[in-house]
Amino acid sequence: MEYFLELLLGGLTRGSIYALIALGYTMVYGIIELINFAHGEIYMIGAFTALIIASVLTFHGFTGFSVLILASVVAVIYSAAYGYTVEKIAYKPLRQAPRLSPLISAIGMSIFLQNYVLIAQTSDFLPFPNLIPELPFLEEYSHIMGPAQLLIVITTAVVTIILTLFIKFTKTGKAMRATAQDRNMAMLMGVNVNKIISNTFIIGSALAAIGGVLIASHIGRINFYIGFIAGIKAFTAAVLGGIGSIPGAVLGGLVLGWTESFATGYVSSDYEDVFAFLLLVLILIFRPAGLLGRSAIQKV
Amino acid sequence: MNIFSELKKSLIVALWFVFLTFPIMVIRVNTIEKIIEWRWRNMLIIAIGSFLVSLLWRYLLTRKQTQTDSQLEKRPLSQLIFEEPKVYKPILVLIGLFVVIFPFIFSSYQINIMTTALMYVMLGLGLNIVVGLAGLLDLGYVAFYAVGAYTYALINHHFGLGFWTILPVGALLAAFFGILLGFPVLRLRGDYLAIVTLGFGEIIRLILENWNEFSFGPSGIAHISRPGFMGINLNLNESIIYLYYLMIFFCLITIFVINRLQNSRIGRAWIALREDEVACQAMGIDKTKTKLTAFALGATWAGMVGVIFAAKTTFVNPASFTFLESAMILSIVVLGGMGSIVGVFIAAMILILTPEYLRAFSNYRMLLFGAVMVLMMVFRPQGIVPNVRRFYRFRRVTSNPGNLYDKSS
Repeated sequence: MEYFLELLLGGLTRGSIYALIALGYTMVYGIIELINFAHGEIYMIGAFTALIIASVLTFHGFTGFSVLILASVVAVIYSAAYGYTVEKIAYKPLRQAPRLSPLISAIGMSIFLQNYVLIAQTSDFLPFPNLIPELPFLEEYSHIMGPAQLLIVITTAVVTIILTLFIKFTKTGKAMRATAQDRNMAMLMGVNVNKIISNTFIIGSALAAIGGVLIASHIGRINFYIGFIAGIKAFTAAVLGGIGSIPGAVLGGLVLGWTESFATGYVSSDYEDVFAFLLLVLILIFRPAGLLGRSAIQKV
Repeated sequence: MNIFSELKKSLIVALWFVFLTFPIMVIRVNTIEKIIEWRWRNMLIIAIGSFLVSLLWRYLLTRKQTQTDSQLEKRPLSQLIFEEPKVYKPILVLIGLFVVIFPFIFSSYQINIMTTALMYVMLGLGLNIVVGLAGLLDLGYVAFYAVGAYTYALINHHFGLGFWTILPVGALLAAFFGILLGFPVLRLRGDYLAIVTLGFGEIIRLILENWNEFSFGPSGIAHISRPGFMGINLNLNESIIYLYYLMIFFCLITIFVINRLQNSRIGRAWIALREDEVACQAMGIDKTKTKLTAFALGATWAGMVGVIFAAKTTFVNPASFTFLESAMILSIVVLGGMGSIVGVFIAAMILILTPEYLRAFSNYRMLLFGAVMVLMMVFRPQGIVPNVRRFYRFRRVTSNPGNLYDKSS
């Protein structure tokens, strides 16, 4: 029972991170029907920026939770800027191109960003300073739930709620939904589609950065390659929940997190990534629309 | 065009990139000794570089936009070369001569590199069937390559069978895996297909890495025999030359087969499928069968090259079959021009040989691959040597009725 609980909570933490990244995928896919391969790299850049800022501050003697908050804010700003720039360079000129072109360009962007960080920084794992305070009331449960995990779960919940409200009630959110439904029609209704697409990339990248900072402070070390696997897994989560749907992304993230957690806990830990990919393949074969998605009928 | 406004725009872009790359390019933290390194020189490079690149970028974009109309009439240079026998025949003879005498002029190191490049030509041509002709983006192509390599490595290790026996086995097994993967994923749209194939490639690699009893895990399999030559024992140098000629032979076969396939019924069905799936079905083409043949045939080439790879290096381990390998083969196809045989050939030579001879830039190799993929898609989606579209051209017959069947088109 204890073990089960441990796996359950472990899966919840893992799933929350996947959900945060998956939200960016799902929003971008919803609007321009593109798998933004570089999204995982944006997450990695967020984590790296936070690490650099936090390290610089801690070397100068600052420490504590406020440093983490500051580093996160900077990371969010930078990731959003990267997301915006990537869209302008690699996707915007290809709006009218055949579907494969932006996808290949996205893969190229992903490889480029990975190697950019590899060359500019290092290929080694870098330690992330430990800035999360110990919480006294969690001490007796420390083997199943640490403060970092609690922070991850709470942040994800809060961010998801804010995002849902944003999409539902603000004018930008409404414009986003309109663009997702029918881009040309939205344009005719006076929506500045290019701006909305940029905004989507900015919001998605900001969420990825939050995920990056959280995972870096939880795991404690990062390198340039973390974005690749996390990106694919988050994509799996997005597809699992039904791509284009925001609650779906969160649900998909959690399901994927639990699948991985239980499969590695009860079956074998060697094949951790295989389970995720297997789940992806199975979902796409048997229910391509995902858990919460509706299957679209193709009209000719 | 107003020069000042252009310069101002580029200046803003440069400032933006200075801001964007500041933490990652300028600051480097040494977490062990707790030292912060400030690299201001990088900032200057970024500023100047992005300023120039942005000017060039916008110039090329406007040129592309104004050219699209006039370009439809103009035929590309490559096409003109291939249509003129007087031009391409001497070129072919020269290339042929060079290829034959190559091993006698250069050292075995150079021959080895050339053999590798030829292997990538074959891989590129194989992937070209799937991506270029059939329009199915396969990101797990390296999985079939791994299947071929491990087939030879394992059978050779356990049963001692030779290269020529395993070559067809490896090819068939890879084709079988191609069908195995192709069958369930055919219903998926282009981008989903890409992700599933990527997942499949990673699954194969992870299994090879973790299933120690079967594949000997990350340490791989060593001492695989080199290909035999009619029972004669070759020394190392001779076998390198032998492999080189073997690769030339295989490449010629591949080019021949793919050239014939392109203009066959199935080849045209692939192209039709790539252009419009619904219309293609309406013309009575069996979608499932057509896609499966593309997958299987593409996988066959990868399996064959896999066997050759294992025989060449005499050692395989899962590290040779990562996603980056798939991405590299894909960038060969993209750079060369989807569906174009000559293009793939040239692109493989550029992408494989350049990093070998420019060792100073070898760190930037993958960075450049990524950049090339983005830039090609934005500025020249048709590749270096665009595939020649088959089309018929009608000439207006004006005065001479005897010249009705004018064949020069």
